[in-house]
Amino acid sequence: MIEQYIPVFLVIAFAIVFAVLVVFSSKLLGPQRPTPEKLSTYESGMKPVGSTHERVSVKYYLVAMLFIIFDLEVIFVYPWAVKFRILYNEIGTSVFVSMLIFLIVLELGYLYVYKKGGFKWE
Amino acid sequence: MLYSIEEFYSILPFIILSTGILISVLIEMYSSKSEKILPWFSIIIFSAAGFYSLLTVNSMSVIMQGMLQTGGIPNIFHFVFNFGAAITCLLSVDYIKKYGAFFGEYYILIQISVLGMMCMAGAKDLFMIFIGLEVMSVSFYALAGMNRKRLNANEASLKYFLLGAFATGFVVYGIALIYGAAHSTSIDVITASFPAMSGNVIFLAGVLLFLIGFSFKIAAFPFHMWVPDVYQGSATTIAGLFSTGGKAAAFSAIIASLAPLFAGSVHVFMPYLAVISVLSMLFGSIVAISQNNIKRMLAYSSIAHAGYMIIGLAAGNHAGIAGIVFYLTAYTFMNLGAFGIVSLIEGNGETNLDLNSYAGLSEKNPMLALLLSVFMFALAGLPPFAGFFGKYYVFISAVKGNITWLAIVGVISSAISVYFYIRIVVLMYFRDSQSGFTIKNSSAGMLAVIISFMLVILLGIIPGSVINLISSFLN
Amino acid sequence: MSLELFLFLVFAAVAAVSGILMITRSEVVMAALFLILNLASLAGLYLLLNAQFIAVVQVIVYAGAIMVLFLFVIMLLRPEHEKIVTKISGIRTFAFIIAALVFVQLAYVILKSHPGSALNSDVTASVNAGTVESIGTELYTNYILPFEAAGFLLLAATIGAVVLAKRKFE
Repeated sequence: MIEQYIPVFLVIAFAIVFAVLVVFSSKLLGPQRPTPEKLSTYESGMKPVGSTHERVSVKYYLVAMLFIIFDLEVIFVYPWAVKFRILYNEIGTSVFVSMLIFLIVLELGYLYVYKKGGFKWE
Repeated sequence: MLYSIEEFYSILPFIILSTGILISVLIEMYSSKSEKILPWFSIIIFSAAGFYSLLTVNSMSVIMQGMLQTGGIPNIFHFVFNFGAAITCLLSVDYIKKYGAFFGEYYILIQISVLGMMCMAGAKDLFMIFIGLEVMSVSFYALAGMNRKRLNANEASLKYFLLGAFATGFVVYGIALIYGAAHSTSIDVITASFPAMSGNVIFLAGVLLFLIGFSFKIAAFPFHMWVPDVYQGSATTIAGLFSTGGKAAAFSAIIASLAPLFAGSVHVFMPYLAVISVLSMLFGSIVAISQNNIKRMLAYSSIAHAGYMIIGLAAGNHAGIAGIVFYLTAYTFMNLGAFGIVSLIEGNGETNLDLNSYAGLSEKNPMLALLLSVFMFALAGLPPFAGFFGKYYVFISAVKGNITWLAIVGVISSAISVYFYIRIVVLMYFRDSQSGFTIKNSSAGMLAVIISFMLVILLGIIPGSVINLISSFLN
Repeated sequence: MSLELFLFLVFAAVAAVSGILMITRSEVVMAALFLILNLASLAGLYLLLNAQFIAVVQVIVYAGAIMVLFLFVIMLLRPEHEKIVTKISGIRTFAFIIAALVFVQLAYVILKSHPGSALNSDVTASVNAGTVESIGTELYTNYILPFEAAGFLLLAATIGAVVLAKRKFE
C-alpha cells in the first residue's frame, strides 16, 4: 500500500535536499565580504526605520477566514469527485443533486460576501 | 436522498427552514430594506415549520438512512424552537434599533441556529448531534457579538466562543471514545450494545465527556461561568434565545442520544447528574438573590432551572424525560416572556436594566407589570402557572426513581428562588418610581409578550393532556 | 526494517521533535512554523495508517488554511509588543497533569488493544474506512443530511465573519 506513495516521498525528499542545497551552496561557494551597510535591512536605499514586525491590517484576517471556509468546501468536493462515476451508476442523480444543494448554499454565501463588499480592499 | 413522498413530508420542516434561510440571504443581498422585511419573513417561516411539526407530531418515522427521527418528542422540540425563535424575532422588530444592531443578518443567523437545533433534536446519529450543535453554536457566537461597538458585547461573544469551543471539544472527544468502544455512531447501535459495554471504561468515559460537554451548553453549575456575562453582554432578545432555545436544544440532544441508556433500572451516571443538579439549583438560586442587574438575575435563574431539569435525567425514567420536555416547553415561553419585557423596558444604550428601574412599574405601565408578575410567578414555580407543573412532573419522576432526596433539595431551592422572583413583583407594586424614564411603545414586542403569556397560561390549564401526549411517545 | 517502519520512525521523530521545539520557542512565529512541521509530519503518519483522506485534509486545511489564520493572528497582535503577558501560577503543573492524563489514557487504549480484543477486531474494515473512496461512498449515501447541514454551518460562519468584521455601523 505504502509503496504507491514512494514517488510522493521522493518529491518531498528532493524538495528538502534542493532547498538545503540552494541555501547553503551560495554560502559555501560565494565570496563573503560583509560590511555594516550590506548587513542592514534593505529599505529602498533609505535608513531602515522601526521594527520589521509591523502589525498587519485586520482586513487580512477576514480574507484568511473566508479562505478557510471555501477551503473546507473544496475538501468536501474532493471525495465526491473521486467517487462520482461509481455512485452515479449505483444510485442515480441524487448524488449529483446533493452536491448541487451543498454548492448552492455555499455559493450563495460567496455571493453574499461579494455583495457586502467582503472582497473590497478600501 | 429522499426515496419516498413520506420522507419528504417528514422532513418538510427542515426544507421549509433551509429554503427560508436561502431566500433570506437573497433578500439581504438585494433589498435595501432587508432589516424591515426579514423579521416578518422569519416569523412566517418559523410559524410554518413550527405548526407543521406540531400537526405531524403523531407520524413517527426514521428517515435519511437512519440519520433523523421525526414525529413524537423531536417534533415537540421543533415546535418549541421555532415558536421560541418566532417570538424572539417579534420582540426584535423594535428592540434591535435601540440596541444598535439594525440589520438583516441578525434574523438569518437566528434561522440558521434554529436549523441546528432541529438537527440536534431529531438526531439518530452522533454526527447529526455534533453538526447540529456546531450550526447552532456558530450562529450563537456571531449573534452574541452583533453590536461590535460595545465592549461587553465583544466580551460576551469571545467568552461564549472560547468556552463553547472548549465544550464542543469535550463532546467530540466523548463521541470519539464512544465510537472507539461501540464501533458505530448510530444511536440505535450504541443503545443496543450498551448492556455489553456497561463495564467498558472507554465507553463510560466517552459518555461522561459527552455529558460534560453538554453540561456547558445547558449552563449547569461547574460549567456556568460564561452564562451571566454572555447574557448581560449580548442583546436582551438574543439572551432570551440563548437561555431557552439553546438550553432546550442541548437537552433535546441529551434526550435523543442518552435517554434510551438512562431507561435502565440503575444508571451509572446518576451520581454525576445528581451532583451537578444539586449544585446548579442551589448556586443559581442563592447567587441570583445578590444580583442587581435583571439580566444577570435571569442568568442565574437559568442556571437554577437547568438544575431542576437535570433531576429528570438523574431519575432516569420515562416520567423524568416527559417532565423535562414539559418543563422546557413551559420554561421557554415564560423565560422568553420575561426577557421580552426586559427588552421592552430597556432604554437606548443598555439603560434601565437594574432592578430599581422596575420600582413603581405598576403605575407607569400596569399591563407590563401584570405580565411580568405572571412570568415571575411562573418562573418561581407557583401554581397555577406552567412553571409549577414543570417542576411538579420533574420532582415526581425523582420520587418514582427512588431519589426523593433530590426532589427535596429541588423544593428547598425553589423556596429560596421565590425570594428574588417575588422581589421584582414587590418592587413593581409597592415601591415608588425613582427614575422618570418612559417606556417606548412597541406593538410587535407587546404582541410577542402576550403570546408567551397565553402559552404560559395555556400550559398551566392543560398540563395533564400535554404530559399525556409527551408520555405516549415514550412508551 | 521495512519501509513502513522506517517512514513511521522518521515521521514520528520529526513530529515529536518539532512539537517540543514548538512549545519551547519564545519567538511566536517560530513556534507557528514548527507547528506546521508537526502537522505535516502527522499527515505522513496518517498516510502510513492508510487514512489518506485525513492526511490530505491535514495538509490542506490544518497545515495550510488554519496555519495561515494562526500567522495572521500573530502578525495582527504582535504578542511581543504586548507587555502585559503575565505568568499564571501553576499553569505548568496543570499542563503536566493534563498531559499525564492523556498519556495514561492513550497507554491504556494501546495496551488494551492486544490482538483479538474488541478494539481491533475489524482491522481490515478500519483500514479500508480511511480511503477517499470509502469516505466518499459513506458521505454521499448514508451521511447526506450531516453533509448538507455542514453547508449551512459554513454559511453561518461566512455570514458571521462578514457581519462581525465588515458591517458598517451608523
